[in-house]
Amino acid sequence: MGSVPFFFMSASSILIQFLNGLASASSLFLVAAGLSLIFGVTRIVNFAHGSLFMLGMYLAVALAPMLGFWWSVPLAALAVAAFGALVEATLLRRLYAAPELLQLLATFALVLVIKDFTLWAWGPEDLLGPRAPGMDGAVRIAGLRYPEYDLFLIGFGPLVLGALWFLLRRTRWGTLVRAATQDREMAGALGVNQRWLFTSVFALGALLAGLGGAVQIPREPATLFIDLQIISDAFVVVVVGGLGSIPGAFLAALLIAEIKSFCIGLGYSKITLVVEFIVMAVVLVIRPWGLLGRMPAQSRGPGTVELPLAFPTRKALAALGGMAMMLALVPLLSAGYTLVLLTDILVFALFAVSLHFIMGPGGLHSFGHAAYFGLGAYGAGLLLLKGGLPMELALALAPLLAVCGALVFGWFCVRLSGVYLAMLTLAFAQITWSVMFQWDAFTGGSNGLIGIWPSSWLSSKTAYYYLTLATCVGAIALLWRVLHAPFGYALRAGRDSPLRADAIGIDVRAQQWAAFVFAGLFAGLAGALFAFSKGSISPEALAVPRSVDGLVMVLLGGIQTLTGPVWGAALLTWLQDAVSRGIDYWRAVMGAIVLVLVLVFPQGVTGFLRERFAR
Amino acid sequence: MLEVSGLDAAYGRARILFDVSFEAHAGQVAVLLGRNGAGKSTTLKCIIGLVRPRSGEIRFDGRPIQHLQPYQIARLGVGYVPEDRRIFTDLTVMENLEIGRQPPREGAPRWTPAKLFELFPNLGRMQDRLGARMSGGEQQMLTIARTLMGNPRAILLDEPSEGLAPVIVEQMARTIRELKAQGLTVLLCEQNLHFARLVADRAYVIEKGQLRRSGTLDEVREEYQQV
Ligand SMILES: Nc1ncnc2c1ncn2[C@@H]1O[C@H](COP(=O)(O)OP(=O)(O)OP(=O)(O)O)[C@@H](O)[C@H]1O
Ligand SMILES: [Mg+2]
Repeated sequence: MGSVPFFFMSASSILIQFLNGLASASSLFLVAAGLSLIFGVTRIVNFAHGSLFMLGMYLAVALAPMLGFWWSVPLAALAVAAFGALVEATLLRRLYAAPELLQLLATFALVLVIKDFTLWAWGPEDLLGPRAPGMDGAVRIAGLRYPEYDLFLIGFGPLVLGALWFLLRRTRWGTLVRAATQDREMAGALGVNQRWLFTSVFALGALLAGLGGAVQIPREPATLFIDLQIISDAFVVVVVGGLGSIPGAFLAALLIAEIKSFCIGLGYSKITLVVEFIVMAVVLVIRPWGLLGRMPAQSRGPGTVELPLAFPTRKALAALGGMAMMLALVPLLSAGYTLVLLTDILVFALFAVSLHFIMGPGGLHSFGHAAYFGLGAYGAGLLLLKGGLPMELALALAPLLAVCGALVFGWFCVRLSGVYLAMLTLAFAQITWSVMFQWDAFTGGSNGLIGIWPSSWLSSKTAYYYLTLATCVGAIALLWRVLHAPFGYALRAGRDSPLRADAIGIDVRAQQWAAFVFAGLFAGLAGALFAFSKGSISPEALAVPRSVDGLVMVLLGGIQTLTGPVWGAALLTWLQDAVSRGIDYWRAVMGAIVLVLVLVFPQGVTGFLRERFAR
Repeated sequence: MLEVSGLDAAYGRARILFDVSFEAHAGQVAVLLGRNGAGKSTTLKCIIGLVRPRSGEIRFDGRPIQHLQPYQIARLGVGYVPEDRRIFTDLTVMENLEIGRQPPREGAPRWTPAKLFELFPNLGRMQDRLGARMSGGEQQMLTIARTLMGNPRAILLDEPSEGLAPVIVEQMARTIRELKAQGLTVLLCEQNLHFARLVADRAYVIEKGQLRRSGTLDEVREEYQQV
């Protein structure tokens, strides 16, 4: 379909696009409402909400042949609700008092586990759902055919909104939920059993997600990609509508779905994302907490105070220098595989240190750092292959693409904090991924780019190893140096006490934006080095699991340590290399590692060891 | 009715309460007197379970409760009225009362919104008003009413006279005497000696987390004025 300017669309096709938007909004609203509801009471942003949607879809598709479509939908939703209750009771319940980052990580880990579970249970192929019996025809609207089922969906969203309104405003349970949303401690002191309340809220949220997925099956196939696609859409919706506001979720779902529908209808489906962004930007600038949202109340209880980052002692510096020297000697002793592994470790050490730069001292918890890694990698490939630049120049310029990404995304991100920031970084990474994944003509789509080899003088494993070693060690040293320069101190001041930092004349936002871009630059450099070491690049380089890798590396090492991310990167890269080839469901294993880390070593492994042996 | 013995409490590394022991007898009003930061609120939070004591024992009706969750303690019949009111500002007066509501309890007066509006006529006139739109005094009434909806047998009041006009303070004292007349056990935290005198059967002076003296209000008055 070619693109048609808006004013050339006939009135009837405008109407049809409008109805399409309404129909898509319903399912999106269900997911976003569940997300909002859960966040309101438990203060946890459930990153796995899209995964619950996906489970709902697969379950409905699986149940439909046995029970018929109309039974499979509610049953799938109930099954997802039961699963949600189980997750809450066994896992999340332990985390309500934990730092926000760990809560986010735990639900993030669930995404991986559920994805692999779905893969194991239903296989990698897309599953087509049945049509809805009794609603499989079409009606004529303004002379055009329109599916009956979509009309049903158009009514379904407002119906659920009404039911939720009734539940929250007119029942005792709803009153308790609203009270707990405001002050759960006080509700407890008045005799409200929070455990039960939290479990039931989570179950309802999961039910909505599962239902949102199940009602979609006549419209689109169940795929393994849908979880992250939905969660990033839902994040955009709740950011626009206001986290915690159900009517806000409804309004924003309509807005986003209509935008999508008209972009597609006009033949501009590729710019949907751009338009979505412009809308989000406008909303965030005018109303930072969303259309109907309110500024989040300060949570009660003492905040955690981070220990200052100690300047490394002379001894520690000497030890680090010694290590770099030893790494330089490795090629004399061994070649081949060890060098390939060490190259990987160095690249990921730089990636992890750049993430740590914004997460630890900056306090900006990015759940989409792989976007910059991937932009650097694609930048290298595209400059070499499409731009015809020599390899050295491509390597040097590629990180600038990551810088551009970080400039744009960072502008939004520093306007938010906490869970909003986490949601937005994930949404940005997912969007970057879909651009690379879908733009077949330019980025090679799902196949990626091949033939990204270094110049001949760097083509031996040893030479490339030395290049990587020099670049990464230099870059890491620079990042660490900056943390102990006035910029780093100001960054930490902004993290610990934004108001006071502001008062002494630090422009906290500008500072954080600069940090974001700086970290993006080095993540991009790591990505470019990675691309030339592998000779090819695929969308996996910037997919969500890579962001998870970065988080795990930082977490393994301990977020408030300086050298931790390096050890974390070494350990994880080595582990993945040694173990992943033997395991089919590596993602689930990664998820399990994160869950264990979060539950057992909330300080990170080095933090744990330090606490253990410090006294 | 409510016995606290050897209570130690801390926030992180800062120790706040040291071996605090006292008792509130059934159907009486006991007052904890102490200056700012003495540890009064912390003591009440330990009793209702919002702060976990480090050691010591808290018995309600002879039963140890220091290991229970706040909601379990509340369901045994302990009502808690916090010092900073903490009403649900997004909820109406009626909805706030609904949060406190619990099944009737044997040996405790049975409260309904209608009865509470007799006790606090102001609240009756603003049943559908949002908590956010109420004055401080009205909010204070609402916190007490909300707690009474749980039909408690004992009630912990944290400085209910704070920030109220003298007339309202008198009214508050009448309310407390009324609750006592209904058979409720009251544990009251206060700095205001004048107010304490209007209601106290027994008084305890707490200073820097330690119990200094106990007796009738007149007996402890001098001690309190010295600290
Ligand atoms: N959440 C907290 N974290 C750390 N210290 C606290 C906390 N709450 C209270 N404290 C400290 O504990 C001590 C006792 O506080 P508490 O609130 O029990 O005093 P209080 O007798 O109720 O005083 P006031 O009359 O001012 O209400 C004070 O020194 C206070 O600074
Ligand atoms: Mg107090």
